Amino acid sequence: MDDKAAPPIAKSPVGRRLFLGLVALGAGGIVFGESVQNFASTKLGSGLASLLPGGDHFRIYSVTGSYPRIPTKKYQLEIGGLVDKPMTLSFDDLRALPSIEMVKAFQCVTGWRVPNVSWKGVQLSHLLSMAGVQKGAIAVSFDSYDGTDTESLTLDEAHIPDVIVAYEMYGQTVSREHGGPVRLVVPQMYGYKSLKWLKSIHVADQQVPGFWEQNGYPVNGWLDGWTGPTDPNPNLT
Amino acid sequence: MSTTLSTHAATRLLRFDAVQRTVHWVNAACFGVLIFTGIPLYFGTFFGVVFPRHEIQEIHLWVGIFLPAPLLVSFVGSWGRRMRRDLRRFNYWSRAELRWFAPGGRGAQRLDKFNPGQKLNALFVGAGIVIMWASGYVLQWFRFFPLSWRVGATATHDFFAFALFAVIVGHVVMALTHRDELVSMFKGSVKAEWAKHHARQWYDEEAVAPED
Repeated sequence: MDDKAAPPIAKSPVGRRLFLGLVALGAGGIVFGESVQNFASTKLGSGLASLLPGGDHFRIYSVTGSYPRIPTKKYQLEIGGLVDKPMTLSFDDLRALPSIEMVKAFQCVTGWRVPNVSWKGVQLSHLLSMAGVQKGAIAVSFDSYDGTDTESLTLDEAHIPDVIVAYEMYGQTVSREHGGPVRLVVPQMYGYKSLKWLKSIHVADQQVPGFWEQNGYPVNGWLDGWTGPTDPNPNLT
Repeated sequence: MSTTLSTHAATRLLRFDAVQRTVHWVNAACFGVLIFTGIPLYFGTFFGVVFPRHEIQEIHLWVGIFLPAPLLVSFVGSWGRRMRRDLRRFNYWSRAELRWFAPGGRGAQRLDKFNPGQKLNALFVGAGIVIMWASGYVLQWFRFFPLSWRVGATATHDFFAFALFAVIVGHVVMALTHRDELVSMFKGSVKAEWAKHHARQWYDEEAVAPED
């Protein structure tokens, strides 16, 4: 457009090449970044990889904009609805129950993923059998101490062995920002199903979509490539 | 404009017109907001402060969507002539300019209106905007993309956020330590003496045929 300004010295369009090269690098990052990241975390170990920008790294979400603070001494978990024995468990009650430990990847629906997160807690199926699920029940819903977030699982999903009510993460009491002291962990599903600051478990004869589902997320938040409780998911650890 | 020809009787040369200065400062303000909202979104808590995540996320999203608009508008139309001409300068590099980055490569060149470092900065920030916009799009409207793309977009957005942050910090440090150049982004003009020493090729061009 400015032919008169054509440079007198021999010049080449280095700028355009550089610009397009960078944009191509970014596009490659979007399409192939997952493989690069997996490669980095196998080569470096996830501890080091988490220090890299964009590496394995939790993003802390809360639906209310603040994190409830619940001291472990005051923590209470209510179990109610269609059960024979409604109950309220303290933090120590939970710790006294048979526990399982597991190491699972945590996958957010928006794309970030943290491999090898270690959890300890009580199987949800154990709590449900303690309370005694009544006939006609088909679903379990969960409330959070944040007062807003809710989640739900079908009764079948709730009985998957590694769906747990977790009180330890990385060997320590689950921290406040990670949903502590007690949260739900559903490793087969996207992170939004793993409700934080778990307050109550309610057994019901219908499944009520939770907070995120009312905002458009699928009610059964299975990870991509996973079809149901009988299919062992290769992506999980 | 105010430059009188051939002899450089004028003591000042117009380096950035009003369109360029406006787009620069609007762009800078957007980047500032994106950095300050991006930090807590990335780190979860920032200095232990719990923040209204939802509001910060909305600000980050809308400012991010808006980010390329002022630049795009500044290139079109009659008001975009200087933007387009400077874009040509960013594009075309002589061999001497490439040597500028090599050890001992500085000195002999008659530099353009922008030195090679400034050109590199502009190109990187420009490409960075495209990359951040595209990866941000995937993060926001994730439902339309496969999970592996969302993971890749997260990594890409984070990686280039750190890279852009470093480049912007460098840019600000250079601006604060180079007074003539900084003043020209406020006032628009530089001393002709400055151009004679730091942008000789541009100085000579302006003497023959001043822009505008």
